[in-house]
Amino acid sequence: MAEKSAEFIPRLLPPRELLAEGHRGCQGCGEALALRQVLKVAGPNTIVCSATGCMEIITSPYPETAWRVPWIHVAFENAAAVASGVEAGIAILQKKGRYPEGKVNVIAIGGDGGTADIGLQALSGALERRHNFTYVCTDNEAYMNTGIQRSSSTPWGASTTTSPSGKESIGQNVPKKNLPKIVAAHDIPYLATACPSYPLDLMNKTRKALDIEGPTYLHVLSPCPTGWRHAIDMAIEMGRLAVETGVFPLYEIVNGRLKLDMVMEKREPVIDYLKPQGRFRHLKAEQIEEIQKDVDSYYEELVYRAECDAKAPGPQAEEW
Amino acid sequence: MGKRIGLEVSLAISEAVKLARVDAVAAYPITPQTHIVEELAQMVADGDLDARYIMVESEHSAMSACCGTAAVGARTFTATASQGLALMHEVLFIASGLRLPIVMAIANRALSAPLSIWGDQSDVMAERDIGWVQMFAETGQEAFDLTLCCFKIAEDSRVLLPTIINIDGFTLSHVVEPLEMESQQDVDDWLPTYVPQVILDPAKPVTIGPVGFPEIYTEIKKQQDMALQDSYGVVLEVWDSFEKKFGRAYKPVESYKAEDADVIINLIGAIAGTARIAVDRMREEGKKVGLVRTRLWRPYPFEEMRKALAGAKAVAVVDRALSFGGPGGPIASELRSCLYPLEKKPVVAGFIAGLGGRDVTIEDFYTIVAETEKVLETGYTDEYKMIGVRE
Amino acid sequence: MADKRTWREYPVAATIHEPGSATGQNTGDWRSERPVRHDEKCDKCGICWIFCPDAALFMNEEGFYEVDLYHCKGCGICARECGKEAIIMVEEGE
Repeated sequence: MAEKSAEFIPRLLPPRELLAEGHRGCQGCGEALALRQVLKVAGPNTIVCSATGCMEIITSPYPETAWRVPWIHVAFENAAAVASGVEAGIAILQKKGRYPEGKVNVIAIGGDGGTADIGLQALSGALERRHNFTYVCTDNEAYMNTGIQRSSSTPWGASTTTSPSGKESIGQNVPKKNLPKIVAAHDIPYLATACPSYPLDLMNKTRKALDIEGPTYLHVLSPCPTGWRHAIDMAIEMGRLAVETGVFPLYEIVNGRLKLDMVMEKREPVIDYLKPQGRFRHLKAEQIEEIQKDVDSYYEELVYRAECDAKAPGPQAEEW
Repeated sequence: MGKRIGLEVSLAISEAVKLARVDAVAAYPITPQTHIVEELAQMVADGDLDARYIMVESEHSAMSACCGTAAVGARTFTATASQGLALMHEVLFIASGLRLPIVMAIANRALSAPLSIWGDQSDVMAERDIGWVQMFAETGQEAFDLTLCCFKIAEDSRVLLPTIINIDGFTLSHVVEPLEMESQQDVDDWLPTYVPQVILDPAKPVTIGPVGFPEIYTEIKKQQDMALQDSYGVVLEVWDSFEKKFGRAYKPVESYKAEDADVIINLIGAIAGTARIAVDRMREEGKKVGLVRTRLWRPYPFEEMRKALAGAKAVAVVDRALSFGGPGGPIASELRSCLYPLEKKPVVAGFIAGLGGRDVTIEDFYTIVAETEKVLETGYTDEYKMIGVRE
Repeated sequence: MADKRTWREYPVAATIHEPGSATGQNTGDWRSERPVRHDEKCDKCGICWIFCPDAALFMNEEGFYEVDLYHCKGCGICARECGKEAIIMVEEGE
C-alpha cells in the first residue's frame, strides 16, 4: 500500500547503506535513490549484476566503487544473462560444496535502455528459463547516461535528444512500451511497479520479489532531473505526481493476478505532472488532452482487470 | 595408457569437458558445433556430468552467462561457430578484460554472407585481437587432449585468461577418429578442481568491471597483454606435464620434413593431413618440400615460427580465411610480421583456399608449391592468390 | 590527484577490492546550497533520510538526522519533502 508518512517510520529501517555515499549521480537522482532503497531490503547477502548505464557509470569509476555488495558489470544488454550465470553458478557450486552455503539474492539491474531495448532478449531468456533472481528495471524513460536519447520507454510527447520536439515533431511519437506487460506475459510468479517516492511500498515489493522463488521483476519509475528537465529537488514530487495522476500506476501481478495498489477513483490531472518537466514543455493543449485520455483509459483498464482477477476462479494470491 | 576407441571428434570434446568436471555450460546450438553441446546436455540429463547447463537464447547471452558463472568460481565451458562467434564478439573482449578463465570450443565455420554452414577459419580469424589464448587441433586426439589442457592453462593463476580450442567444422568435428580416451581418475589427478582467485561473494564484496578512465586503461591493457604473452610459458608447462602424465607431446609449432626444405607449406588445422601426403609425394619426386603446422595461435609463437621457417627459401602459406582488400590471409600476414625483423628471411607467398567448406586437395598443394616457386624465381606478382577459384 | 601506479600495481582486471570506496569522493563540493535543520521543528521522522539519493544524512545520538556535508550535493529533496518544514536550503557561503 502506498503510505502516508504517519504510518511509515523510516528511522526503523536498517541504517546500513549498501550504495555508498560519494557516488557520482546527478543532484537529486531518482534512480540512485531507488537502488538505495532496494539495497536496504536486499541486505549484504546480495550480488548485483548491472547493465551499462547511469547506475553503472556513477557507481564504478575505478578506483571508486559505491557498491558495498559484490557487483559485476559486463555489458549493456546482458545484465539478465550475467545474472543467469551467477545464479546457476552459485547453485551448482553450493551443491558441490565449493561456495558458501545460504541464500544469496541475485539482482540484475538495468535502466530502461538496458531492459526494454537492447536488453530485452536477455531478460526474456532469463525469465523463460525460470532463474531464481530479481530483475530491477530503473526506468528514467530515456538513455540518460549517454545524453538523454530516446528509448522505447520514453513516453509519447516527451522531447529527447534523438526524438526532439520541433516544428515537425512532437518528440517521441509512439507510445511508451509497456514493459511490465511483456514481463507478465512470461508468466513469472511476481512482478510489480514501484517508485522511490513511495519507499515503504517499494521496499515491501522488493522484499516479496527477493523472497519468492523463481524470476521476479520490479519496474521502478526513476525521475531524472537532468533528462526530464525539472528542478533538482523535485524527483520525489515527480514520482508522486506520476502515481497520483495515474501516469504510472502502482500494481503487483502475483501469479498472474493483478492487484492495484492504490485505486484512485479521482486522479490528479495529468497536466500537473507534465508541467514541471521541460521535456513536455512544447506540448499543446490538445496533445495534453490526448495524454489525459490515454492515461485514463489505461488506468480504467487496470481497475477492471484487477476486479476481474480478484474474482477469478482458482487460488487467490496469498496476502502478505 | 588410455583406452583406445573410435569417437566422433565433437563427442571427444564433450568427453574431455565431462572428464574436466565442468561446473557450468551456457551454450547456444549452431552447426557444426551442435553435437558437442547436445552430448553435454545428454550427459547432464543422465547424471554423468554434474553441471548446470544454461540453455541460453543466443550466443551473446551464452558468453554473458559464462562470465557470470566464471565470476562466481565455476569451471565454465561453451562452444560455438561462425555467426554465433560473431554474435559474441563484444563479450569476448570483456571476458578476457575481466580475466575470466572460460574455455570455448569452436567448430570453425565460414561466415555469412552468403550463408555457409561449411568449414573454414574465417570465424575465429576475425577474433585474433580478443586477448584469449587460442590453439588449433588437427586430429580428434588433439581436440580431446587440448581441451583438457585449456582448462589447466586458463585457470592458472598466472594466466586467468579465457581460452579457445579450434577444430575444423565438419572435416574434424563430424568425423570419427581413433583416439585414446583417458580415465576420470587420471584426469582428476592431473587437472585439479578450479580454485578461483577473485569471486563474487557477499563475504568479500568486490566490484568487477568498473569504468577505466584514460589514466588507468592503458595499464590494465598492458596487464592483460602481459598475461597473454606470459601464458606462453604456462602453455609449454601444461603441455609438458600432459606429456608426462598421458604420454602425448604437444608443441606450439609442428614441423614435418621441414628442416632442409626449400619450400615449406605453413597452415593451420586438419588440412595438414592432406598437406602431409602432398609433401611425401613431392619428396618422392625429388622436391625439397616440408610442412609447418601452427598449433598455438595466441600467444603467437614468434621464436618457434622463426626457427621452423627462417631457413627455407620460401614459405607457402595456406589460409582458410581472407581479409578482403587487405594483405590476404591472417596466417600469412602474421607470419610476415613475425619474419620481418630477420636479416635473412624467406619469400612468403600467401594462398587462400578451402573457403566455405571447399576441399583442399593434393593437387591444390602441388599448385600452391608451383606458384610459390614461381614467386621465388620471378618475384611477387600478387598480394595473395586464391586457389581453386573458377575464373 | 593523478593515479601514477605502474601496470603491475593495479589489481587484476581493475577489480575494486575495497567496497564503498566511493565514500572518499568529496561530492559535497558540488553543491551551491546546503540543507540546514531546525531542531525545534524536526520530529525525527526520517523522511529526509529515506529520500536522500546520496545517503548523505545520518542519525546522530539525539536521533536527529545530520547532514554529511562531505557528500551532500545540495539537491534539496530533504528540504522539500520534510513534512514539518524543518529543513531549509541555505546558500553556500552564508
